[in-house]
Amino acid sequence: MKLLKKFISIFSVVPMAGWLLGVFAAVLAEYFLGDLVSYYLYLPKIPVLLGTLIMLKEPTLIPSAIGYDILIYVIPVCFVALISAPVMNRVAALLEKTPVWLATLIHLVAFYGILHVWAGINDYRVIVIKFTLISIILTISLNVINGYQGEFSCSHPGFMALGAYASSTLTLLLFTNDKMFGEALLPPALGPWCFPLVLIIGGFVAALGSLVVAIPSFRTRGDYLAIISLAFLFIVKSAVENLEFLGGPRGMSSQPSYASLPVVFIWTALCIWIIHNFTTSIMGKALNTVRDNEQAANSMTINTRKTKIVAFMFGAFWAGVAGGLFAHVLRYVNPSSFGLQKLAEILAMVYFGGLNSIYGSIVGAVSISVLGEALRPLELFKWIIIPLILILVMIFRPHGLISFTEINVKKIMRPKNKNRAEGVE
Amino acid sequence: MASLLRVKGMTHFFGGLRAVNDFNLNIEQNQICGLIGPNGAGKTTVFNLITGVYIPTEGIIELEGKNIKGVETHRIAAMGLGRTFQNLALWRHMTVLDHIRMAHYSQLTYGLFDAFFGTPSARRQEDEIIENSMKLLEMFDVKPFADHIIGNLPYGAQRRVEMARAMATNPKILFLDEPTAGMTPDELVRMIEIIRQVHRDFGVAIFMIEHRMKFVMDLCESIQTLVFGEVIAEGPPKEIQNNPQVIEAYLGKEDLH
Repeated sequence: MKLLKKFISIFSVVPMAGWLLGVFAAVLAEYFLGDLVSYYLYLPKIPVLLGTLIMLKEPTLIPSAIGYDILIYVIPVCFVALISAPVMNRVAALLEKTPVWLATLIHLVAFYGILHVWAGINDYRVIVIKFTLISIILTISLNVINGYQGEFSCSHPGFMALGAYASSTLTLLLFTNDKMFGEALLPPALGPWCFPLVLIIGGFVAALGSLVVAIPSFRTRGDYLAIISLAFLFIVKSAVENLEFLGGPRGMSSQPSYASLPVVFIWTALCIWIIHNFTTSIMGKALNTVRDNEQAANSMTINTRKTKIVAFMFGAFWAGVAGGLFAHVLRYVNPSSFGLQKLAEILAMVYFGGLNSIYGSIVGAVSISVLGEALRPLELFKWIIIPLILILVMIFRPHGLISFTEINVKKIMRPKNKNRAEGVE
Repeated sequence: MASLLRVKGMTHFFGGLRAVNDFNLNIEQNQICGLIGPNGAGKTTVFNLITGVYIPTEGIIELEGKNIKGVETHRIAAMGLGRTFQNLALWRHMTVLDHIRMAHYSQLTYGLFDAFFGTPSARRQEDEIIENSMKLLEMFDVKPFADHIIGNLPYGAQRRVEMARAMATNPKILFLDEPTAGMTPDELVRMIEIIRQVHRDFGVAIFMIEHRMKFVMDLCESIQTLVFGEVIAEGPPKEIQNNPQVIEAYLGKEDLH
């Protein structure tokens, strides 16, 4: 324990920028030395997800995979982060003087660069990152309804399906020569540029659909609303299954591949930013007041009906956008991808990460989706291990890992010099 | 000039039960009135009827000459009717500062779009509101708790936060539902001071439900006594205190020999 504490205190001087540089160094190391190192460690190829897949498939290779992780990731990250700390603290201090949005943008671009290089090694990684980012959007948007507004909504996959089908229909109809919808109505070259618009339309379709759940929420709460929302999920699912022009149970396929990694990344960042703005404003905190005491909210001049509608439509909008992205990443949608399994997944991410917290939602979405991928070789046992972890979290932290905390961008990015830290604490 | 709040012939039925019968009330600017009565007399129902939680079956309710019967609660509140609750209706996961901030909701002029993108106009307004909220917190002596979660505060402080929150809505008339319920004698004295201060500094009229006679006698200019939904006595505190009907309602009938 003492050793661990000492270890942590050594690294407490590293600012966010320093960590980013460290990870970038590790990613570069993998890019240039990955093949070589894995060859000498008798690994068949560069381990895709930190070697977890190899470890579970072939236990004899566990030492090599761990060795690879230490050589390629742990050592460069720690080394570069620590060495660069003094310089990076100065950089962070410099960035602190610039407007917050600029500093955040620089960090985000750097972070994207890391992801891009890391994902460039293997297509599987690209897919994992895209789905993780989409889960982040889904989780945060469900958190708006379930965490911030305090209703238990089960219709999120339904909203997602609305968005996915709406945007798929639009892109297939407008920009591709499809066997279902015929010739492209607009020049396909316009497609990628209109894709944001298509996603937004998908989001609005989902938002309109959410009124079916939002309006009953004026008169009922809790379990009853949960059942209504569950009913909505089934309505959407069976409607899509039975509409032949949407492909019925076979679904729709060959959507154009507009959802590249940068596109998904930008949408995720946008979603986090907008939801963060909203939930920290008075308008957004009204959601919390409706959750905690609706009568008091009403008496304090808060328009609770409007608040409820906004919460549902806003959450559903982002679910629709996520659905659109999902359809264009997978390039295939069918009704069964928006069923109870998906619902359980999103709910698990929300409650694992923590209610009423964007930070928690990101943690929940990333950990559950990465864990889901990493444990894939275990097949059936995966669905025993992940729920077990969930139960443990619920026992020790009933509101989730990180609940009721907001992202403080300034705090994350600020320099961490010794003297400064003492001054602040 | 018309009185600030005027209630005439307000009657309300819960199913077949007549909860309030022919209730009349006139509150002038800057007046403090009290409503007393035994448990279950319908005092809180009167509050809920006037503030729009229930819509009365019959009667007229006017705030500054404008009809507020059947208007939504949040609109009535925005028109200048602030209230506190009998059992502290606070938002348990929110900080003290957030409580006061939220009560400025109706004063926001920016729209959803500004909230989503954090536009300068939204930010400017939010900053102003935070500044104003801090002033209110200071006035009610709860400024040191600004960033605490409400549940971590002592009971008396929670009451004061609730009061500050009600004042943040910029009320013209303040409804207090048993402001001293569950308070120790020390806290009680403090509460009297606070209510006096609110009355003086903000110039609001106050209408309160209260059980403790001392409290009501100290503060109110006029008192109504409600028993089983009917007003049985009305007048200045002294008169009410000695009214045989009121004494009967509270203490039971005196045996006549």
